[in-house]
Amino acid sequence: MALTLLRGLKTHSFRLYPSLHFTRNHGVLYFSTKSTQGQTATREKQHTRLKVSSKPESVKFDEISKNYEAVIGIETHVQLSTLTKAFCSCPYNYGSQPNTSVCPICMGLPGALPVLNTKVIEYAVKLGLALNCSLSLNSKFDRKQYFYPDLPKGYQISQFDIPIALGGYLDVDLPVEFGGGHRKFGVTRVHMEEDAGKLLHTGNGNYSQENYYFLLIGIVDLNRAGVPLLEIVSEPDMRTGIEAAEYAAELQRLVRYLGVSNGNMQEGSLRCDVNISIRPIGQLEFGTKVEIKNLNSFSSMSRAIDFEISRQALLHSLGQADEIVQETRLWEEGAQKTVTMRKKEGLADYRYFPEPDLPSVNLSEEYVNEIRDSLPELPEMKRRRYENMGLSMQDVLFLTNDVNVAAFFDATIATGADVKLATNWIMGDVAAYLKNEKLSINDIKLTAHELGELIASIKSGTISGKIGKEILFELMAKGGTVEGLIKEKDLVQIVDPTEIEKIVDKVLANNPKQLEQYRGGKTKLQGFFAGQVMKETKGKANPGLLNKILLDRLNSKS
Amino acid sequence: MLSSAQTTPRLLRSPTTTAAAAALKCSSQIITTRKSLISRQTSAVDLAKSFLHRLRRTEPQLNSFLYVPPDEAVLKQAEDLDKKIKNNEELGPLAGVLVGIKDNICTYDMPSTAGSKLLENYRPPYDATAVRKLRACGAIVVGKTNLDEFGMGSTTEASAYQVTANPWDLSRVPGGSSGGSAAAVSARQCMVSLGSDTGGSVRQPASFCGVVGLKPTYGRVSRYGLVSYASSLDVIGCFGSSVADAGILLNSISGHDKNDATSSSREVPDYASQFLEIDDLESKPLKGLRVGVIRETLEDGVDLEVISSVRDAVSHLEELGCLVTEVSLPSFSLGLPAYYILASSESSSNLSRYDGVRYGNQVFGDELNSLYGDSRAQGFGSEVKMRILMGTYALSAGYYDAYYKRAQQVRTIIRNSFKEALDKNDILISPAAPSVAYKIGEKKNDPLAMYAGDIMTVNVNLAGLPALVLPCGFVEGGSKGLPVGIQMIGAAFDEEKLLKIGHIFEQTLQGCSFVPPIVADEWTP
Repeated sequence: MALTLLRGLKTHSFRLYPSLHFTRNHGVLYFSTKSTQGQTATREKQHTRLKVSSKPESVKFDEISKNYEAVIGIETHVQLSTLTKAFCSCPYNYGSQPNTSVCPICMGLPGALPVLNTKVIEYAVKLGLALNCSLSLNSKFDRKQYFYPDLPKGYQISQFDIPIALGGYLDVDLPVEFGGGHRKFGVTRVHMEEDAGKLLHTGNGNYSQENYYFLLIGIVDLNRAGVPLLEIVSEPDMRTGIEAAEYAAELQRLVRYLGVSNGNMQEGSLRCDVNISIRPIGQLEFGTKVEIKNLNSFSSMSRAIDFEISRQALLHSLGQADEIVQETRLWEEGAQKTVTMRKKEGLADYRYFPEPDLPSVNLSEEYVNEIRDSLPELPEMKRRRYENMGLSMQDVLFLTNDVNVAAFFDATIATGADVKLATNWIMGDVAAYLKNEKLSINDIKLTAHELGELIASIKSGTISGKIGKEILFELMAKGGTVEGLIKEKDLVQIVDPTEIEKIVDKVLANNPKQLEQYRGGKTKLQGFFAGQVMKETKGKANPGLLNKILLDRLNSKS
Repeated sequence: MLSSAQTTPRLLRSPTTTAAAAALKCSSQIITTRKSLISRQTSAVDLAKSFLHRLRRTEPQLNSFLYVPPDEAVLKQAEDLDKKIKNNEELGPLAGVLVGIKDNICTYDMPSTAGSKLLENYRPPYDATAVRKLRACGAIVVGKTNLDEFGMGSTTEASAYQVTANPWDLSRVPGGSSGGSAAAVSARQCMVSLGSDTGGSVRQPASFCGVVGLKPTYGRVSRYGLVSYASSLDVIGCFGSSVADAGILLNSISGHDKNDATSSSREVPDYASQFLEIDDLESKPLKGLRVGVIRETLEDGVDLEVISSVRDAVSHLEELGCLVTEVSLPSFSLGLPAYYILASSESSSNLSRYDGVRYGNQVFGDELNSLYGDSRAQGFGSEVKMRILMGTYALSAGYYDAYYKRAQQVRTIIRNSFKEALDKNDILISPAAPSVAYKIGEKKNDPLAMYAGDIMTVNVNLAGLPALVLPCGFVEGGSKGLPVGIQMIGAAFDEEKLLKIGHIFEQTLQGCSFVPPIVADEWTP
């Protein structure tokens, strides 16, 4: 593959009419996190996907697309968050100075040998089980051979014919905005391998430069070389960009739940390559497959797929289907289109053979069972459990999206808090705060226990909902306990009717003019009086009681 | 029983004869060195000087070494050792022992080229585990020895730098690929040396140069720091002028290494305990030991003189009390093709890292492909290129099953047949090579003939077994004859038995002095 990488680097001018370049705006909601921070709060406003553009070409395009079905499979590389690399003891930290985390082994120096980090197996087994795969108790490593400057040994240690896990599936609940629904996407295999180094691009990552490779030599960063990866290959089960993006998002959720990877797409900890072909609806055989790379977010994944479907559909409709060739295309975020990266020159021959430097990988049933028993509650189980608690799918998806939010929610309801109230608080004020402050739920001072206390205090009438909100922000920013804050600020709600009556009477007495106006028919002034009472009580008067007494008093003397 | 029961009396000495016994302390340079250092009979500096002197004198004719550090560097280590002796500090088991290291074994303080232009001037940032262990035992590295490029060859003619001459006859090859290490020990340029053995690269040159060569069980010695040729076959091996030296050397480099996943965690026995003084031997010291002579190794294609020398040696073993039978290994001849497919396949992969990006001269063309192609075309020698091509072919889609996979099946058959034979016998016997050392250039243009010379040794690598080669006689040639080596093959991890038998064989072999003419005048053991 890599041998031919730089041959067809000329970008091919794109054939579609510019006007077809997606006037449609897909603000898509992925129930997944885009960075490790503030995820759950970053809900993008979504537009409906099928919003019809005013441009006539788009209408025509939608007509064309309707007749075709896309077949999508995804290869995902997940970088494992082990302390050290797969075959040596170098640590890996994203973003460190080039070539500072290297040793003879990951540099592939003559005479250096790999020794497997057993954590890699543990993580692979975890993910394999979580993906409902059957595990290969006796697997092995193989060498995948190709030349490329970022591959120091000239081969990648990978798994070929006996991957550690085979034949599973992934459960996905599609977002309600896209019609919802449950999907099971097949997983062909999961295998262990090592990452390559990184070419330090000088420019904007433009692959079309002539003699580009001159720039590569000598500027390879091997920090990433040898970092353990799991490659997850899906069955070609996805049909739309949304399905594909949701598959990837669920995978990200899964590795985060399992704690085997940070799943961060921007840092390249989770990388998706999409294989896509289209065929006229009703046709059984697959069309010509195109691979799309450089997908840095779930939304770009979805958009790239939609673009590719329309590109291919148009070629079909113009009778130019033969111009769809097996190739690798790059998604260009700026231009919102895919462009040819390289054409395949026949099948690449990687000359796989068993890695002689590493013994075979033999797992005992016992070991596998131990790991199975130690698996945490996974997203799918959580979603079903929350659903059974009576939460809406929207709420369920929100809460289960981030493992930390889910854990916070679980801990909150474990204090006895009402499920719906806890959901509302977390999805409402807590989420908004996280979004504004760009924090994750683990960064804030509020504990689940205190949120439970807060909910209980409101429910019991000790404080009003309004006061509760105020306290909440204090708890999130500064910490402390609900009880402490209530005491400290003297916030206990006034629920004694006689006390409220007294204050109401005082307010009415102090505002005779307004009282007269009210009684003259300007009943809107009720709000003014209520506000005055609240001001007088520093917001502590029980609102229901206050309104009842106020109305009583206002109307009694009329 | 073997048919040729007639013995050649000149080779034999009755084990019961104790007069003029070549006592152990004389045959082992390591033990002698230790004793003379501790007794202050000699100093480490004097010892080092005498070896360096001989090395400098003989090297222009032999070309055993690719690199020898400045004398001061070696003498400095000897001085440090003398200070330790003076202060009565404890000495390592290899204190003052001068070692040559095959140049495909990494040394942090000397270049490690593996005999290739691609690694010209390459200095590794680390010591191979075996070297590290040697140094920790007090050994002093006197230089890096010549080899066929990346260990691929049987003569050192495939070295990118020089051809080593055989100390017994300078017009002949020393064998290979560890020819430099074998010649250096033979010519007493160093006391012992490390080589590597992928298909016979320690044993065949040991046989050609008249020294002891020990190929340990696969996994006995860490490969970390050994420039890979064929990972599933490569082992680091030992050269010595006596079985005891080879055994003591093995002792110091064996054992599990966390840096080599294929190294064995089996305990390392004390091989030195096998080396009984000749005076302590019983009349039939090897009584009851079952020795199987591999029939297929004494048939057509093997020089008659070699066959006769080995048969004599077998008779000698019988006299020592061994029960000798002939065994047949029908799969024996399959070893050669299987070996060349597997070794080439693995090497085509192991050598892909020498791509011009990091090592060797970068040859820039129009595109990345030509950088790889041209850099490799210029950097590798023709033997290496041929094996890379063969290996690449054997691993290619569509050919994998017919070649690589089939060769692996053959390997399993060979392994099983050896296992079976070794269940019935303590050791197996064969010549170390079908011929004695041949002329430089003789087989250079006939690779198949050269490959055929590996027939005796490759099976042992495929089976992963230990084997000891030791000189057992001479055939005519050169000024004083050319040495013949006998190969003793043992069960996996049973180096102990090989060393015990080899040592007794050596101690009782009479009338043979395996000191080559080039140093015969000055070398008095």
